[in-house]
Amino acid sequence: MAEVERTFRVFRYKQGQAAPSYQTFKVKAGPRTTVLEALQEIRRTQDRTLILRHSCHHASCGTCGMRVNGQEVLSCVTNVQELGAETVLVEPINNIPLVADLVVDMGGFYERYVDAHMPYIRQSEFEPDADLPEGIAQYTRYENCLECGLCVSACPVMGSTSDYLGPAALAAAWRVVAEPRGQDAGRAAEAALEWVDNENGCWRCHVAYECTEVCPSDVDPGGSIMALRRKLTGRKFRRLLRLER
Amino acid sequence: MQNASATRNDVRPRRPLRAWFDVRRRHMGSWAFAINRLTGLGLAAYLFLHLAVLSTLLQGEAGWDRFLQLARSPFFLLLDVVLIFGILFHGLNGIRVALVGMGVGARQHRALFWVLMAIGFVLLAYSAWKVFTI
Ligand code: SF4
Ligand code: SF4
Ligand code: FES
Repeated sequence: MAEVERTFRVFRYKQGQAAPSYQTFKVKAGPRTTVLEALQEIRRTQDRTLILRHSCHHASCGTCGMRVNGQEVLSCVTNVQELGAETVLVEPINNIPLVADLVVDMGGFYERYVDAHMPYIRQSEFEPDADLPEGIAQYTRYENCLECGLCVSACPVMGSTSDYLGPAALAAAWRVVAEPRGQDAGRAAEAALEWVDNENGCWRCHVAYECTEVCPSDVDPGGSIMALRRKLTGRKFRRLLRLER
Repeated sequence: MQNASATRNDVRPRRPLRAWFDVRRRHMGSWAFAINRLTGLGLAAYLFLHLAVLSTLLQGEAGWDRFLQLARSPFFLLLDVVLIFGILFHGLNGIRVALVGMGVGARQHRALFWVLMAIGFVLLAYSAWKVFTI
């Protein structure tokens, strides 16, 4: 495959502007050019004011999530030519407040975990004794989850309410239940179940499974939500029959 | 409790209808979700329509007969088939959502959908045939 020219229609917005707009750029894309590289090329050669987030370039930091031709993807592993479209529409992910251009404010996404006062961000099982840079208490991860927010963007329920905990947080809660870790694992699992057992928790989901479809890291948030519900349903039945307190 | 920290801001206000019904580039589950909402709204509207129609009985036999004549027109019969589609889709998909939603068959939710839809299709075809031939 040779180099081809593609039209990029990019979502633009700067703070203070009344409304977002779309700007068109022509970009040459080789057989291996990714959407992220094309956007960086636009930044380098056509418009230095275009802002976007990225870091690793290999699907592991989760910062480069965006909507490309209407679908949530990690732009660093989305090949331009393979999109098979002359025009590439690039927009920031949905359901997360916009900062500017393709950048959203992930603060609220993380606050959901902090607010729960629970170890949703768990101590890494791989690096318990690693040398830590100054100011960092411990290495932590949501396991497989890249914290990219793609699932939150794709979820139709997130699109209509900000109170919903959302697929990523619920998937993290399920990890705490399914894979107990650390001294306080039992209590943490209980707290996690309690955290999700309400109308804005796992019961809010309407089984669209779009989160699972777009998740680039096999977290299967939809499946995790159903697993939480199975657990809670079983427990409610057992309590009803007085088999469990 | 969880922080409801806005998922949106003024520049990009929330657009629930779009989130629910814009299924371009979405997958089976979102289509099922959107059609489920549409058929749900449709069935709720139909319920009121149904009550309104029944209330023509209050006008005595003549009013009711007039309605019956109208209800036999091909257009109305077609609407009946649309109604049956709504009932079948909403009901059958509802079974899937209820089962999967309790964690039963969650892994097979896609297969479950297609099996139920196949059943729905057979029932719809049979009912349509009945509606037009009775
Ligand atoms: S399965 Fe639930 S959380 Fe996932 S996209 Fe659908 S409604 Fe949202
Ligand atoms: S669950 Fe998947 S889509 Fe959602 S934030 Fe984590 S990696 Fe991204
Ligand atoms: S740049 Fe890190 S995931 Fe894409």
